[in-house]
Amino acid sequence: MNTNINMTNQEYSDYIDKKAKNSPILKDVALAFLVGGIICMIGQLITDLFMKFGVTKDDAGIITSIILIFLGAFLTSLNLYSKIGKFAGAGSIIPITGFSNSVVAPAIEYKTEGYILGLGANMFKIAGPVLVYGISSSVAVGLIYWLIKLFI
Amino acid sequence: MDILIEYLKVFITGGIICAIGQILIDKTKITPARILVVFLVMGVILYSIGLYQPLIDFGGAGATVPISGFGSNLAKGVIKEVDEIGFLGIFTGGVKAAAAGISSAIVFGFLASLFAKPTIK
Amino acid sequence: MKVGKQTIKLENTPKILQTSSMVGPKEKQGPLSIYFDLDTQDIFLGEKSFEKAESKMMETCINNLLNKASVKNEDIDYIFAGDLLNQCISSGYCMRNLGIPFFGLYGACSTFCESLTLASLFVNANYASKAIAATSSHFCSAERQFRMPLEHGNQKSPTAQCTVTASGSAIVVKKEDGIPGPYVTHVTPGKIIDYNVTDMTNMGAAMAPAAFNTIAMHLQDTGRTADYYDAIVTGDLGVLGSEILVDIFRKEGIELNGIHADCGALIYDHDKQDTHCGGSGCGCMASVFSGYFFEQLKTKKMNKILIVATGALMSTLSSQQGESIPGIAHAVAIENEV
Repeated sequence: MNTNINMTNQEYSDYIDKKAKNSPILKDVALAFLVGGIICMIGQLITDLFMKFGVTKDDAGIITSIILIFLGAFLTSLNLYSKIGKFAGAGSIIPITGFSNSVVAPAIEYKTEGYILGLGANMFKIAGPVLVYGISSSVAVGLIYWLIKLFI
Repeated sequence: MDILIEYLKVFITGGIICAIGQILIDKTKITPARILVVFLVMGVILYSIGLYQPLIDFGGAGATVPISGFGSNLAKGVIKEVDEIGFLGIFTGGVKAAAAGISSAIVFGFLASLFAKPTIK
Repeated sequence: MKVGKQTIKLENTPKILQTSSMVGPKEKQGPLSIYFDLDTQDIFLGEKSFEKAESKMMETCINNLLNKASVKNEDIDYIFAGDLLNQCISSGYCMRNLGIPFFGLYGACSTFCESLTLASLFVNANYASKAIAATSSHFCSAERQFRMPLEHGNQKSPTAQCTVTASGSAIVVKKEDGIPGPYVTHVTPGKIIDYNVTDMTNMGAAMAPAAFNTIAMHLQDTGRTADYYDAIVTGDLGVLGSEILVDIFRKEGIELNGIHADCGALIYDHDKQDTHCGGSGCGCMASVFSGYFFEQLKTKKMNKILIVATGALMSTLSSQQGESIPGIAHAVAIENEV
């Protein structure tokens, strides 16, 4: 008998793809839509409330971010955000609360390795790239804009 | 009635952005850390070419709460700062606009981790 | 004595004297619950970190083994142990208090058969009269080393498996006439088999070809057929990996349905416990063999089994560098009659 499977790497990969159960994409997308939409509506509600009390639109936006980040951190520390994420998927990853979750989760987990090299060094283990590429791309945009302004 | 339509717009805009992310996760096995980066950079680019502001005008928090809104904020900040102070604005504008988000994530993250203990889902 | 290309026949047929198993809360809720010796509801086991907890779990499991077998630490010649963590720290720190000469092994999830193989060979060759094989894994320590922080809100792929929180150990001694088995009769160490699967969330598919290769080599070397065994037990192929294995054997004209069982598929109730494709990790085969299958051999419900622990030898670094997952499987034949 053969002692190795009679397939090339490519054939085996195709075979696995056929065999593997796919993610229930319709259900996943519906839940992501629902939860993502709800988080955004909560954000709108906070913004509207503050604007009602005379806060400017820009400041209300900043306050909303801070409150949502707080909520994300709070739910993460109660071990609830991972439960939401399990069924909401991208619906709870993409809103700013998800950014907060990805900062707080490693901070909690790496506390066992100490406050400096554990918590401090690993806090941006997942969200670090967001800052690297976010800030870099904003500098690139600024540079291009500055050059355009220079010549036009 | 108007307010209901406003909130419906927020819900749909935010929902669609997240749904696109979910399709990417399910179809391409792209990891959550990458999703965050992709959406953020998309936000920066779309704002810079003038496509994100209309989305914010239409969807409000539906466009600003997702991480792509954070990206648009970076772009908005840097453009504003270059207008106001010129060359140095390239380096100060983005982070200034994102300062509240970054500082609060760090502080709340630090505080939360003081009290929380990891457990199984 | 070497038979065929890869298999060693153990002429002195060392005996597996006793086994011991310890599991975490999720495994205790699973269908094999009653077979495990010890369990803990506290995933920290009173320790400060998951790594320390895993170490303590292994130590508790080995101490229980010594008690059950009524032997003292100093009677054990060598211990072969391993786990999933970098530098095998669970095993290393666990051995601090045991005072037994120690070989630390890394074979990812295949480590239990690797350590049982070496323990049996040492006893067979008269280098030891009593040797222990032990492994452990812990969901939380594995999750943080290989995947995302526990509190991070993400979804698992439907092909993903869940690292079991468990430890298992077995003590191998010289055969004595008149005392019944089970005995270790053959071992077949495996080769690395890699079909270029890169998806870290589909380990079953990455390891199934290795399991196939080792089982096929074992059958070829010993001249046995698959139905010679009451059960061919793989370590942690999970539901999908098991289907693939049965499929590949069917293509070769061998029907494994009814003979094959997988510890990763057995340990959880997948629908109720939300474990997707099943369990994985060093502790999976260790605890299921030590708990369930050893009992089946003892009570003669099964008399001949082949245990095949499967491992995926990648790391997060190799995976980030785009490397595929090298699979391995080691087989140990255990029989009541020799």
